[in-house]
Amino acid sequence: MIALIDYGAGNLTSVRKALAHLDAPATTPTAPADLDSADGIVVPGVGNFEATAALGPDWRSAIERHIARQRPLLGICVGMQWLFDGSAEAPGHPGLQMMPGTCTVITDKEATTPAVASGPSDRVGGRLKVPHVGWNTLRVTKPSWLLDGIPEGAHVYFTHSFAAPVTDDCVGATRYGMEFAAAVERGLVGGVQFHPEKSSDVGLTILRNFLRKAL
Amino acid sequence: MLSKRIIACLDVRDGAVVKGINFEGLRHAGDPAELATRYNREGIDEVVILDITATIEKRKALADTIQAVAREIFLPLCVGGGIRGEEHAEAAIEAGADKVGINTAALSHPALITTLAKRYGSQAVIVAIDAKREDGRFKIYVRSGQQGTDRDAVEWAQEAADRGAGEILLTSIDQDGTKAGFDCELTAAVSSAVPIPVIASGGAGTFDHFVDVFTTGQADAALAASIFHYSEHAVADLKTHLRTSGIPVRIT
Repeated sequence: MIALIDYGAGNLTSVRKALAHLDAPATTPTAPADLDSADGIVVPGVGNFEATAALGPDWRSAIERHIARQRPLLGICVGMQWLFDGSAEAPGHPGLQMMPGTCTVITDKEATTPAVASGPSDRVGGRLKVPHVGWNTLRVTKPSWLLDGIPEGAHVYFTHSFAAPVTDDCVGATRYGMEFAAAVERGLVGGVQFHPEKSSDVGLTILRNFLRKAL
Repeated sequence: MLSKRIIACLDVRDGAVVKGINFEGLRHAGDPAELATRYNREGIDEVVILDITATIEKRKALADTIQAVAREIFLPLCVGGGIRGEEHAEAAIEAGADKVGINTAALSHPALITTLAKRYGSQAVIVAIDAKREDGRFKIYVRSGQQGTDRDAVEWAQEAADRGAGEILLTSIDQDGTKAGFDCELTAAVSSAVPIPVIASGGAGTFDHFVDVFTTGQADAALAASIFHYSEHAVADLKTHLRTSGIPVRIT
């Protein structure tokens, strides 16, 4: 059984629908103790990092127990950012601190790089628009169970304003004004900044990779 | 690099896809879920369901249609038409929409933009603007293009972005359904004035019209309906053409 965590940020409909399409049994736990019987946990999320504050100490320790039992977890978008120390979007709210680093707002760090400025560009009218919305390419940076079977340069769907840094946990990177972690992995804890449930066949392959570890 | 998005619009009335010219003269063009499935196979990047009669007849967007489409495709799905308040947005999102498009209601109650952005995030809020050239500027029309206003499209787009809109869906009433090309001047004027993505709509007739709106028009995405409805493989062929023309696109 996959536990799909509802902490009130946006809707779970899309992720639930994608899991159903892949024949994965999923439930939304109502209490932290429900997680003790979960085969895998998905932490979805859209919107503001602050919403993760709804995952209080009880939820955090239940999730940590799950990870200690060597069971897989997948964080999506804000759910992935939450795996880190925290985010500049909500400085008072610590993340799960499974992965070192702090998420920051997307900035145009490459604006003055001539090689970038002269070629095709993400800048429309000379400016980088934020949020980063749309299909962008994945650069696979490390062998990964999460990205197994995903070709270099595959397109996935993003919609976000904040992003995690490229660290040792990064297995897939994407460039938009700056390079950021698009997919991360530490043991069986994985996270993706993009939305696999909205990334057509590529996204379904990634969800299938997660389910293979879980079920 | 971020791809330019190609978005298929399904103008839906009574559960069927219809297509009109200059917002009038509707004819049937198929079943929404079937069309969406075909577009997904051809490589469309996003789908918009527009309940085109909703505002006039005071009906909310059809949850059944949204559910049927959302069951078939794993792509971003936007729903517009008849979203007059928070409860309509909630119904659309619960039925499976990722984003809602608000038009008339946003203009008459701008606070709705902020309310929805706070609840669902800015990425879920698209402000749709229907603009028409009048007296040397771009004037906004509401109620499915039937009622003129005194508002300026560029100024309103800026205000909508300030209030929390995540994207602007910009339709040229002059070009809509004509197949004579997007209004690149309108699109560039809005796109260069706001810090959020702009989806150009209205007038797509040839593949080169898309090249024009992504270059001259500075659009982040382009939306069309009939150019995709009546010909198989149009989406894939369009993307091949765009890539050959140097426009970054997602090829599946």
